[in-house]
Amino acid sequence: MRLSDAFAEVAERPIPKVPALRGRTVATVFMEPSTRTRLSFETAAKRLSADVMTFTAATSSSVKGESLRDTVETIDAMGIDAMVIRHHASGAPLRVTDWVGASVINAGDGTHEHPTQALLDCYTIREALTARHGEVPADLGGLRIAIVGDVKHSRVARSNVLAFSALGAEVVLVAPPTLMPASLEGWPVTATGDLDAILGELDVIYLLRIQSERLGEVLLPSLDEYHWRYGLTRARADALKRDALVMHPGPMIRGVEISPEVADLPASLVTRQVRNGVVTRMAVLFHLLGSGAM
Amino acid sequence: MARQNAFTQIGELVVRGGTLVDETGARRGDVLVRDGRILAVEEMIDAPKGATVLDAGGCVVAPGLVDLHAHLREPGGEIAETVESGSRAAALGGYTAVVAMPNTEPAIDSAAVARDVLALGEEALAEIAVAGAITVGRHGERLVPMAELAALGVRLFTDDGRGVQHAGLMRRALEYASGLGVVLAQHCEDEQLAAGGQMNEGAWSSRLGIAGQSALVEEAMLARDIALVRLTGAPMHFLHLSTAGAIEMIRQAKADGLAVTAEVTPHHLALCDAAVASFDPVYKVNPPLRTAFDVAAIRAGLWNGVVDAIATDHAPHPPERKEDPFEEAPAGMLGLETALAVAHSALCASPEESGDGAGPGWVPRVEGTAMSMRVLFGLFSWQPARIAGLDQDGRGTRGERGGQGGPIRPGVAANLTVFDPTAEWVVDSSRQASRSRNTPYAGRRLIGKVRHTVFAGEVVVRDGAPQR
Repeated sequence: MRLSDAFAEVAERPIPKVPALRGRTVATVFMEPSTRTRLSFETAAKRLSADVMTFTAATSSSVKGESLRDTVETIDAMGIDAMVIRHHASGAPLRVTDWVGASVINAGDGTHEHPTQALLDCYTIREALTARHGEVPADLGGLRIAIVGDVKHSRVARSNVLAFSALGAEVVLVAPPTLMPASLEGWPVTATGDLDAILGELDVIYLLRIQSERLGEVLLPSLDEYHWRYGLTRARADALKRDALVMHPGPMIRGVEISPEVADLPASLVTRQVRNGVVTRMAVLFHLLGSGAM
Repeated sequence: MARQNAFTQIGELVVRGGTLVDETGARRGDVLVRDGRILAVEEMIDAPKGATVLDAGGCVVAPGLVDLHAHLREPGGEIAETVESGSRAAALGGYTAVVAMPNTEPAIDSAAVARDVLALGEEALAEIAVAGAITVGRHGERLVPMAELAALGVRLFTDDGRGVQHAGLMRRALEYASGLGVVLAQHCEDEQLAAGGQMNEGAWSSRLGIAGQSALVEEAMLARDIALVRLTGAPMHFLHLSTAGAIEMIRQAKADGLAVTAEVTPHHLALCDAAVASFDPVYKVNPPLRTAFDVAAIRAGLWNGVVDAIATDHAPHPPERKEDPFEEAPAGMLGLETALAVAHSALCASPEESGDGAGPGWVPRVEGTAMSMRVLFGLFSWQPARIAGLDQDGRGTRGERGGQGGPIRPGVAANLTVFDPTAEWVVDSSRQASRSRNTPYAGRRLIGKVRHTVFAGEVVVRDGAPQR
């Protein structure tokens, strides 16, 4: 977090670039389309003066006719220091750590985890609390955070549950039963299907994206029904505490998770999340590859 | 027949110093073999001049193992396995008979393909029986020519790899099969309920973010098929059952007097879904590894006779297919070379012995529940032999060679496994006879090892090494 603060300062400079990782090479390997996350990592790497290689392929290994192992070993052999990997399959980055010498950074894997998203979200909440109280909070203790939406299929939710609770926050998951994981055994959370019942107790409401594919799987009757039951409408926003924070990992679908007029409220931290994505990822890259002073 | 010459040349054979274990019990004894058959069983036998002597000191000598369920991949999948390589793996694992599953390419859904596979089996290191598909191409639409296949000696029919989804068609298949002396075997998986699930649905799938497959996927089809057995009276065999609920349903069906039999795999009796935490596709299998609770129920079912057989579901895949992410890799594990040792380690060896060294997902045995050798070998030999129709009373694949599963007495075909229950070994996947490497036991220490395998009087494995 302190490292992120330092890089946040860099981001404010007229020329937001430091030579910390000059001569290092970072490969972004994206096996699932995600322009936003890739640009965020690449911007972070470039601000640290690292060289960036980009590999994108949306098809599965079997379609390509080359195994994941062959793909990543080839990239590793070009001489890279870090591999930022986004994959549509859960656990792919963990497997890759067995095969490459470079540092592996999980940029989101299937419906498993998205660790840098969790880091940037924690950083964003910390930043908001710092601005509110005039001092940096020790952790997120005492906060009640609701994660609302397709928890079952959300890597963001899995990482944030771990991160928020590790920092002392109380986490409640909110979803219809069809979008809740089959088992929450071992999860440090409570769960409910009734968003309206808890709105007034929340310090942070974290909205997850609803993918329209879920309709085909008959997990939801319709997106309108979802919006009616779980969307952050004007009325629900009014029922929140006055200083409650609204977050969303993006891309945000207005009219589903959130009403258009609420998305632009001052309480919404969505653009801060995007900005902090770059500085947090700079911190992650520097932590793994940097040596000595920045 | 070429094979016949091979073993007549080796002359007489004495298996000396072991404990004989067969359906009739356990006793000390030497076995004299000539011309592929057991000639004498005595407490002590002096080896005739020129006879081969196999040392079985400290070992169990049992009827050869019979695997009801192996994917030998030929024709069509020779990159992963062949009948020859699979039979070599089988011999090393103590098997003298293997039922080859029909999900080949093309499927074993016609007399022509069945004849091809049986012909490949002529040169194999174990008796190769074939299972036929239930439906043409395993598409679940039209029935295969069951009577024609039955006339070739095909006893089991299954679309394994898939279950027959259409209840009406399954009913007709059972009705048509009655009177042919054959058994339909089901891979219980309701594909609509499975909905693409890649591992057991539960605490681990939820945490790992991998689509789950609930126990109901298996149990729903099993319930349907038990009802169909009740309706039609046709016998059915249930493949690789994996859930506590399924074991209970079989218990009830047997209590009701229905003609059902059931098998479980070595991996479902030894490993639970916690193993998937590594995301290593070597732990991906269908049905998936279940919970430790299910493993306990399977062990109880083996103990109390609800489950009839342990069958490998040996499913070779080339290494590169398991070097993809878990969700993209094919399901299946090797089994033939390790099955007996895995089951022995999990069911018979003392818990301290199998203990922590056993590796991810291994479910330790509860103290005081060691299974006897007679029960263990019943599950591996004479019980599956009877289901496959390869026993003394069965037709076998070629008439003259019925005679799997013992007993060990004069006149019976000399299919024998010599197993050392105290030998400890570490599985080395690079040294297996299979063409593939996808064993979940690589690097694990197992207790109990096959020392020799005698197939139709020929020593095909001696001191753990294949003899041809």
